[in-house]
Amino acid sequence: MATAKEPERNEKKTMRTITYREALREAIAEEMRRDERIYILGEDIAGYGGTYGVTKGLIEEFGEKRVKDTPLAEEVIAGAAIGSALGGLRPIAELMTMNFSLLASDQIINSLAKFRYMFGGQAKLPVVIRMPAGGGAQRGAQHSQMLESLYAHIPGLKLVMPATPYDAKGMLKASLRQDDPILFIEHELLYNVKGEVPDLGVHYTVPLDQGIVRREGKDVTIVTFSRMVHICSQAAEDLAKEGIEAEVIDLRAIRPIDLDLVLDSVRKTNRVVIAEEGWKYYGTGQGIAALIYEYAFDWLDAPIAHVTGKDVPMPYSKVLERAALPGKAEVIAAVKALVPARATAGVGAR
Amino acid sequence: MANTKTPQPGLAKRESAPADPDLWIRMYQQMVQIRLFEEQVNDLYKTARMPGLAHLYSGEEAVAVGVCNALRRDDYITSTHRGHGHCLAKGASLDRMFAELLGKAPGYCRGKGGSMHIADQDTGNLGANAIVGGSAGIATGAAMSAKMRGADQVTVCFFGDGALGQGVLYEVMNMASLWKLPVIYVCENNLYNEYTHYTETTAGELTARAKAFGIHAETVDGQDVRGVYEEARQAVNRARQGEGPTFLLCDTYRYYGHHVGDIQRTYYRAKEEEDFWRTERDPIKLLAGWLVEQQVSDTVTLDQMMADVRAEVAAAVEFALAAPFPDVSEVDQHVYA
Ligand SMILES: Cc1ncc(C[n+]2csc(CCOP(=O)(O)OP(=O)(O)O)c2C)c(N)n1
Ligand SMILES: [Mg+2]
Repeated sequence: MATAKEPERNEKKTMRTITYREALREAIAEEMRRDERIYILGEDIAGYGGTYGVTKGLIEEFGEKRVKDTPLAEEVIAGAAIGSALGGLRPIAELMTMNFSLLASDQIINSLAKFRYMFGGQAKLPVVIRMPAGGGAQRGAQHSQMLESLYAHIPGLKLVMPATPYDAKGMLKASLRQDDPILFIEHELLYNVKGEVPDLGVHYTVPLDQGIVRREGKDVTIVTFSRMVHICSQAAEDLAKEGIEAEVIDLRAIRPIDLDLVLDSVRKTNRVVIAEEGWKYYGTGQGIAALIYEYAFDWLDAPIAHVTGKDVPMPYSKVLERAALPGKAEVIAAVKALVPARATAGVGAR
Repeated sequence: MANTKTPQPGLAKRESAPADPDLWIRMYQQMVQIRLFEEQVNDLYKTARMPGLAHLYSGEEAVAVGVCNALRRDDYITSTHRGHGHCLAKGASLDRMFAELLGKAPGYCRGKGGSMHIADQDTGNLGANAIVGGSAGIATGAAMSAKMRGADQVTVCFFGDGALGQGVLYEVMNMASLWKLPVIYVCENNLYNEYTHYTETTAGELTARAKAFGIHAETVDGQDVRGVYEEARQAVNRARQGEGPTFLLCDTYRYYGHHVGDIQRTYYRAKEEEDFWRTERDPIKLLAGWLVEQQVSDTVTLDQMMADVRAEVAAAVEFALAAPFPDVSEVDQHVYA
């Protein structure tokens, strides 16, 4: 599969810099203007504008009918989204954080993911459930989780995890123009990240099944997604100064996964580091590693390395939280352990 | 949104002669302790010595203090994201509380829990849960354990008005009523679920929910510590005698924001509303006024007590600031699988 295109050159002229938060808000507003069936529901999203400010101002433009504050009842938020989709609407459900999606997980897994199949193809479920995830702000064990792998395991769900404002907007717009259930997973520490996005009025979407090469390299492939993309890109810049050229792949979507993009890169570099914020055991990264072993085993020169969050509930204390979260140093160390002297010596090992 | 129920200034008349003046004095000291603790927490946040997401209990002190004084040390409580007051009222010490909030090694959870997750099993505090409604099942199970063991311990489940949105509340009340469990559901109605007035998220009458399950329900002025104590005492008696659960609705108010970072509040509640509660409905002032009026104490003595507590709080925060962080190796401790 081809690398997804960054904006064309002629588009570049009309780019502007906005935050991830603003990109999401624009996507919602533009799609709500286009399609009257789209509405949004969640806790404190109307008057307050959402815990992370994504939905600020939407109530003024679209009114209470289409921007709905709900009681604190995640299971009902998900259930109501499903029911209203069966009734012909196109809901966006905002769950305040992914941690609370666990209260909605019965509706998500037992109904949202299953109806189309279980009812012999009858049900269309254009439901987008948005939720921030992740740690790093000392919010403690119940407010810092990256739980995408729980849902990635489930047939019947699509998981989107954009890392940049450009992708956040383009993928949210694409999500609202298709008919399948989507878990749209944001990261709490990405909302203020800035990036280039086409001017207002320039329409674009980003496909929901394509990753992107953030940085080309020949020595090692770093496969990552969500906030870790930024950490891995910084690690790659540092590594380049030491003569190691890492290719950074941003998966952008976890399910379906753009496996071709990963395998193409593995065939080129023969070494892989998978970097993610979540836990190691039975997680997304292990799933990806298993796929690489299955389809590209012969191309590997070394076992796949894995950078993950520590296998513990997130501790609160800053010294412990720092130790529990993967960072640039861990990515660099993993790469160096995989790519021994060859890059510095300037000689390929193969 | 405007308040639907107009709170009245001052205290309702209540016939509760101070059988034990020491008890009222102790409650005064505990409320002051919580108030000054929270002021210090706010200060630690504002001076960037503590991270955000601390939810202050200021204004709601009479609820925790009134309820916990009706309990024995071996009775259980479960707490919430707004839990500092519950912990202190149940007997936690100031210095280890501060240490936990600062992520330090002597903290109640060795810095692993933080502001939203303090447990102190020595004082019967089974732990704070930062998932709204997250303690409802746990408190009910703890009550069940007492009943199964033949012990007469009572469990109090604290939760906010927002938790009434969660289905689990109704599932546990059904079970607790069926099984006559010694549990008291204490709903702290501070009028807001985060930034939304509870009347916009909560239909119908609040205590009718409990009554529908055949649970004894009472509403009490949550700013009147003597009233809270009296209702809690009766609920505890019923529970100990095997008469089953009680739902206690406490009308109260939080003075600060939803969390320490919530400082611009005028778009969801009026400054006048905040001022009214602070000046006319303050639980500490109300009790102090009553103590003086009844000649249980006098302003000089009460002011001295406040100064003493202030010194204790200052010493405790100093202890916590000086305390070491946990060793990084502790990140792997307490994991068993
Ligand atoms: C299941 C769940 N949903 C959402 C949240 C985020 N949240 C934390 S506190 C809170 C409001 C709770 O309101 P209330 O129960 O009235 O307690 P108060 O903060 O007023 O004391 C919300 C929505 C959460 N912690 N858990
Ligand atoms: Mg409340």
